[in-house]
Amino acid sequence: MIVLQALILMFVAAAGTAVVFTRDPTSQAIVVSFYGLLLGIMFFVFQAPDVALSQIVVGAIALPLMIMLALARVKKQSRKAQK
Amino acid sequence: MTRRIRQRFFLISAAALALCFVWGYADLPPFGHVSSSYANIVNAISVPQRHITDAVTAVNFDVRGFDTLGEEFILFTSVLGVILLMRRTKDEPAGDHEDKAPGRKVPPVSDAVRVTTLLLMAPTILFGWYIVVHGQVTPGGGFQGGVILSSAPLLLYLCGSYPKFRGAAAPRLIEIAEALGAAGYILIGGACVALGGLFLENLLPLGTTGTLTSGGMVPFINLGVGLEVSGGFTLILLVYLEELMEEKE
Amino acid sequence: MSYLPYAVAAWLFLIGLYGVISSRNLVHLIICVGVIQSSSYVLLLAVGYRTGAAAPVFVDIPVGTRAVDPVVQALMLTDVVVEVTVVALLLALAIQVHKRHGTLNPDELRKLKG
Repeated sequence: MIVLQALILMFVAAAGTAVVFTRDPTSQAIVVSFYGLLLGIMFFVFQAPDVALSQIVVGAIALPLMIMLALARVKKQSRKAQK
Repeated sequence: MTRRIRQRFFLISAAALALCFVWGYADLPPFGHVSSSYANIVNAISVPQRHITDAVTAVNFDVRGFDTLGEEFILFTSVLGVILLMRRTKDEPAGDHEDKAPGRKVPPVSDAVRVTTLLLMAPTILFGWYIVVHGQVTPGGGFQGGVILSSAPLLLYLCGSYPKFRGAAAPRLIEIAEALGAAGYILIGGACVALGGLFLENLLPLGTTGTLTSGGMVPFINLGVGLEVSGGFTLILLVYLEELMEEKE
Repeated sequence: MSYLPYAVAAWLFLIGLYGVISSRNLVHLIICVGVIQSSSYVLLLAVGYRTGAAAPVFVDIPVGTRAVDPVVQALMLTDVVVEVTVVALLLALAIQVHKRHGTLNPDELRKLKG
């Protein structure tokens, strides 16, 4: 169990770094989804099932969806401004 | 200041902040040894005194119910802010809307996607309500179940077109549901005061441990929070999707 | 080994902060604020964990068993859901900024006045 905890913590740190260093927001939405899933697994490994339930649905689905919708709206606005 | 100077300055101050972190961590108890007596007390009284088997729900809605009221209203206010920010201003006429870029051929929704999403809608709603209602027995509660519930209308959008999604997830109905959930929490607390107790004091009979009706007022608060969270998230999605609709030229 | 969770929390905080100050896109900046917030989850989780203990749900285990801290988990639970709503609000603000100024780059936005 200790090995699993150390492993998931290092994965979370690596995924957090990857989220920051992905500069393009569209790709960043996918990396954020993966990061949310890793966080959910980390909550589960540390004996927090309630928090893991919220995090999996919210972090892996709702958050990337909102980012994509905001980006699509921004693209539409800049296309309209170019006309 | 230029970008380069900003980055150098940040590296120096990040090193100082890291030193502060190390200094602060030195006083914490070692990892794996909880020194908080509040935790031991809550774990010990959750079943015998409050008849709730999920200690986290007991803390959220019974022992510290007042704090959850504040958190729920943060959510309510943020949803209000999103709706206000994205309202249609006068210089954007509402037209007949399509959700694709102009001149882009989008393939029609395939039958496999349509069948899967239609089959998954009812189990998702059922599962969401199951998690909401079982909050005081097993891990779950209003917040988790509400988020699962809010993903059900999204399945409808995936399998059909936007007008059908809007017709099924009528904004007026969802706004009423969300307001009812938020107001319900305060009304329950107010009912406690009216009956002669303190605000949000658990006055109902506590019931048998392990059943759905245990915990006194907690099932009602769970239902209210589930309504509010699911309504809030669906409203955010509705507002964002509506902003995306392309006007037909 | 026992300092690893604390180190990961501090690392996430600092790397998120670096992302905020060196960002060239408002949406990227908002997501880095989310990373900073998740560092607080790791710290809270580490503070509340007890070695060899079970989850604080007493449905199928007897009442006296060692369990982790439920108070800290209650804090994290509401925080996770509220974070996403606040990110939605920030993204709506970013969309309005783009509508008015035509750019999402913080450096260019700083030069505009009024």
